[in-house]
Amino acid sequence: MKQKIEKIKSTAVPLPIENIDTDQIIPARFLKSTTKDGMGKNLFCDWRYDVSGNAKNDFVLNNSEYDGKILVAGKNFGCGSSREHAAWALSDYGFKIIVSSFFADIFINNAYNNGMLPIQVSDDFLSLLFSHLIENSKQEVEIDLPTQTIAICGTMLKEKFEINPYRKQCLLNGLDNVDYLTSIKSEIEKFETKNETYYVNEEDWLIAG
Amino acid sequence: MGKTLFEKIWDKHVVRYIENETAVLYIDRHYIHEVTSPQAFNAIEKNGLKIFRPEKTTATADHNVPTVNQHLPISEKLSRIQVEQLEINCKKHNIQLFNLQNEHQGIVHVIGPELGLTLPGSTIVCGDSHTSTHGALGAIAFGIGTSEIEQVFASQCIIQNKPKTLKINVTGKLQKGVTAKDVILYIISKISTSGATGYFIEYCGETISNFSMEERMTICNMSIEMGARGGLISPDSKTIEYLKNKKFAPTGYDFELAKENWSNLFSDADAKFDRELFFSASEISPMVSYGTNPGMAISVSENIPLSNSLSGSEKISFANSLNYMNFYEGEKLVGKKIDYVFIGSCTNSRIEDLRSAAEIIKGKAKSANVIAWVVPGSKKVEQQAIAEGIDKIFTAAGFEFRQPGCSACLGMNEDKIPEGKYCVSTSNRNFEGRQGKGARTILASPIMAAIAAIKGEITDVRNYLN
Repeated sequence: MKQKIEKIKSTAVPLPIENIDTDQIIPARFLKSTTKDGMGKNLFCDWRYDVSGNAKNDFVLNNSEYDGKILVAGKNFGCGSSREHAAWALSDYGFKIIVSSFFADIFINNAYNNGMLPIQVSDDFLSLLFSHLIENSKQEVEIDLPTQTIAICGTMLKEKFEINPYRKQCLLNGLDNVDYLTSIKSEIEKFETKNETYYVNEEDWLIAG
Repeated sequence: MGKTLFEKIWDKHVVRYIENETAVLYIDRHYIHEVTSPQAFNAIEKNGLKIFRPEKTTATADHNVPTVNQHLPISEKLSRIQVEQLEINCKKHNIQLFNLQNEHQGIVHVIGPELGLTLPGSTIVCGDSHTSTHGALGAIAFGIGTSEIEQVFASQCIIQNKPKTLKINVTGKLQKGVTAKDVILYIISKISTSGATGYFIEYCGETISNFSMEERMTICNMSIEMGARGGLISPDSKTIEYLKNKKFAPTGYDFELAKENWSNLFSDADAKFDRELFFSASEISPMVSYGTNPGMAISVSENIPLSNSLSGSEKISFANSLNYMNFYEGEKLVGKKIDYVFIGSCTNSRIEDLRSAAEIIKGKAKSANVIAWVVPGSKKVEQQAIAEGIDKIFTAAGFEFRQPGCSACLGMNEDKIPEGKYCVSTSNRNFEGRQGKGARTILASPIMAAIAAIKGEITDVRNYLN
């Protein structure tokens, strides 16, 4: 079982930069761990800290005015490397929802697989979100997964978002993909006997090692 | 209606659909490496599961291995622990591992095709976005996250949404000095770094079919850099010739059977793609990147574009990017001084890449101001280069000829570019800090990188061809 998401109302952190790649979310030098723990402290490390390790004042995560479970980012968020460490870092830092007008494919899967909800909104709604958040750091945003809506609290501004029905069920019920796959193992075995089309000489395997 | 090549392979591997487009997809070959697999092994063990089909997973150590003195223990502690953990995990779970001491070790996307593990018509995944490389042999191959590695471990399947299909046609003859790397950089520069997100690409046209298998790998490798899930090329006689006598590829009667099966791997004439794009090879020049994503690339003879046509938020990102590179809009790139040259990575570290670079530098010396590294993609490429005397051409010109690994492509090992330095690199990403904190990357082909090392500045290789 994973953590469930249904409704979230929170302040949000604006990061109006486009094409934020996973090397920025977590640089490669932090990928040497053999666990998922503690990635949050290195989230956006090179934007957050200077060479001596001091917090850079102009970066939003170092601005004590901003806080919350929602990250709002420019379009094409999460492009580049498939590293799931990016999703672990965001989640470990405390983000549950990532809002952008466009996401990279692999990142979307990684986010869902860690119980986070990536929400794709229109370019117009994203600009409105940014301007409200930049004007008022205490601005709350409300996400309702059952009705698939995102709203800027205290305003009439609201938008419906799309989500794959399977992903939605997983988040609402805290379901896990591995549990699902192991539950259909006999069907997979049947599939294997019917579809033998891959010809690698696996019997040579351990000899080669 | 006919099917695209992608649909033919995809449909054959769907165990079931959960929802409309969400499939349980069977995986024929799973590659793993030391960086993205440990947490998946942990999860499997924690949940008391077994690896369902260990013989369908192949492991190698590549991302953070040193590229010198590979016979010695890895000196950097965290890297060593990760590589050792991979060895422990593979042993425990009975997975074939090509570790640093093994003759088959190398960058996962170089060794897969080289060993005949990557086969036409198969589904291939790896916890690395450049898995798209294997599409060059006519496979559906794409990068996955660690939770998805766990899915493959547990069931040999992953839950995946079916992507849309995009046909990219490249026709016509390439100019002299223009390589597969330039073709793919050109395409990405035209459609942007998110231009193919949500799609799986099939590359078609005479320019593509005229490419060697290794050049096709360079093309497919960078599919992810325009956001695509992957990219593939229909197998032909070159593909079949390439697979003959490869270590793990089928042999004898099995090869004949396989060949028959592979001969159906093409898009039907009446197949419908969701989108189609056309490019003319003759319009492509040697390319160089100027910014901080692979879409920000231009012909070496062009100037950096002006920002006046960009919208508000694009303008900010563009300005940040040029600021990071310390370049100015409207500026020329030719003549810019550089500090490092890196020839390597899963994009351009195969024997043909090394040969073409060696051809340029033969009898010349690198500029005194440049540090130049050549990192072969695999032990096999390294051995081949030594057998052909290519290593000597590099070392005689002042290049360091290193041992196989991902190296300075992502700077996980010691091969980092220092802050503020410029590196002409044959790799695939020019993201901020990719090659080291504050490093400035200029993506280019192996021959453009070679000439840059000689001249000590960004140079149009076309002026130096015989």
